[in-house]
Amino acid sequence: MELTRHWRLHNQRYSLVGEQCDRCGARLFPPRDVCPECAEPAQELFTFSGRGQVYSYSTVYSAPEGYQEYAPYSVALVQLEEGPMVTAQLTDLGDDKPEIGMPVEMVTRRLRADGDQGVIVYGYKFRKHVKDII
Amino acid sequence: MVPNRPVGIVGYGAYVPRYRLPASEVARVWAGGRDEVPVREKSVPGLDEDVVTMSIEAARHAVARANIDPRLIRAVWVGSESHPYAVKPTSTIVAEALGAVPHTQAADWEFACKAGTEALQAAIGLVGSGMARYALSIGMDTAQGRPGDALEYTAAAGGAALLVGPAEESLATLNASYSYVTDTPDFWRRAEESYPSHGDRFTGEPAYFRHISAAGQHLMDALGAKAGDYRWAVFHQPNIKFPQRVAKMLGFSAEQIAPGLLVGDIGNVYAGSCIIGLTGILDVAQPGERILMVSYGSGAGSDAFDLTVTDRIEDSRDRAPLTQDYIRRRTQIDYATYTRYRHKLKT
Repeated sequence: MELTRHWRLHNQRYSLVGEQCDRCGARLFPPRDVCPECAEPAQELFTFSGRGQVYSYSTVYSAPEGYQEYAPYSVALVQLEEGPMVTAQLTDLGDDKPEIGMPVEMVTRRLRADGDQGVIVYGYKFRKHVKDII
Repeated sequence: MVPNRPVGIVGYGAYVPRYRLPASEVARVWAGGRDEVPVREKSVPGLDEDVVTMSIEAARHAVARANIDPRLIRAVWVGSESHPYAVKPTSTIVAEALGAVPHTQAADWEFACKAGTEALQAAIGLVGSGMARYALSIGMDTAQGRPGDALEYTAAAGGAALLVGPAEESLATLNASYSYVTDTPDFWRRAEESYPSHGDRFTGEPAYFRHISAAGQHLMDALGAKAGDYRWAVFHQPNIKFPQRVAKMLGFSAEQIAPGLLVGDIGNVYAGSCIIGLTGILDVAQPGERILMVSYGSGAGSDAFDLTVTDRIEDSRDRAPLTQDYIRRRTQIDYATYTRYRHKLKT
């Protein structure tokens, strides 16, 4: 179990904490050392709104180890309102099918657990807005 | 009980998972479809949901309604009987996800179905003493029911978060609170056991009705209040009949408990039961209206709260989804899907 890696990443995973470039204003997710737009090194932390839309998606039927209990599940490229594209699972789909262009919002969910004795890893997933379903 | 300085609820948020199991499905599988069912349906968490994830969502709504910087929260307390870990706090994960760390307290509370209101009493004390500006109390559960047991009809998932702060910032101010506790063995779950046990009919008179009616009556007597002085009331709701009957015992009408009586649509959400009912009331309440809330937790005890809604309710309400939005967001599942979602199958 990569305990330290999960611990190090939990800000971005729990709450979509990325960065904003001091120089050009680009919003970055995941956070990185150098702005890909202008090569400026120092970045300010920036918490994303979690709102976005599905750019594309695929459904996983044969899941990798640690994710089998959720299969079948959909993974999407989500274009965040502030610009960056993130890859994440879609959740709470119920009987709905994912659609390209579908507005989604970030929720924090269980990503996986390391067996019955290891830690539970939490992180961002996306779902349709609550009011869009009713 | 009245704190040294006036306090109230500055933000609230509810959470109910999307999936619903009709009680008729449980009756179909276990009783030949013949049982009279205690609720219409109950909420069932998705495969990636637990008390941590549900608490985070409700807490985000409470903070959004309060419109405060989460770094000002000095306590994150989660009451539940279904914490994902036996040892490792739910509350630190919730506090981290909210952005409330590191300058805060965090702890998990346990008192069956009143763990959430026990945390609320403590939050009132912490803010009311001046030790904290804001304290977050959460009652949330993914309740366990043994397959075929009477509790399987109702044991559900959901709850709410209440952010306590200064009265002048509150959408509902606290007039007073009261707690009433005895050693009453009506319901329990031993360590390492997956499912709880209960005392069947013993859960009624000496447990639920005695504690709720005593707590509610003592608080009303201390304040010189009568049922008619309140616009709304909400009681712990393990099924539809119990809160209806205890309301009548205390002098409340069916209309006074209507917006908070959610158990028929979502089931018994244990530590979140009466506080999610309170969120249903706050979603419709008008400034000046008075609310009585009385919880019940097996083991046993009740916490009673007397609140008055303020003008701030109007601005804060629409900053997050309403409780009824979550209730209407429903996808019905059958018993087979329920057994998968609740990990009742050995694989």
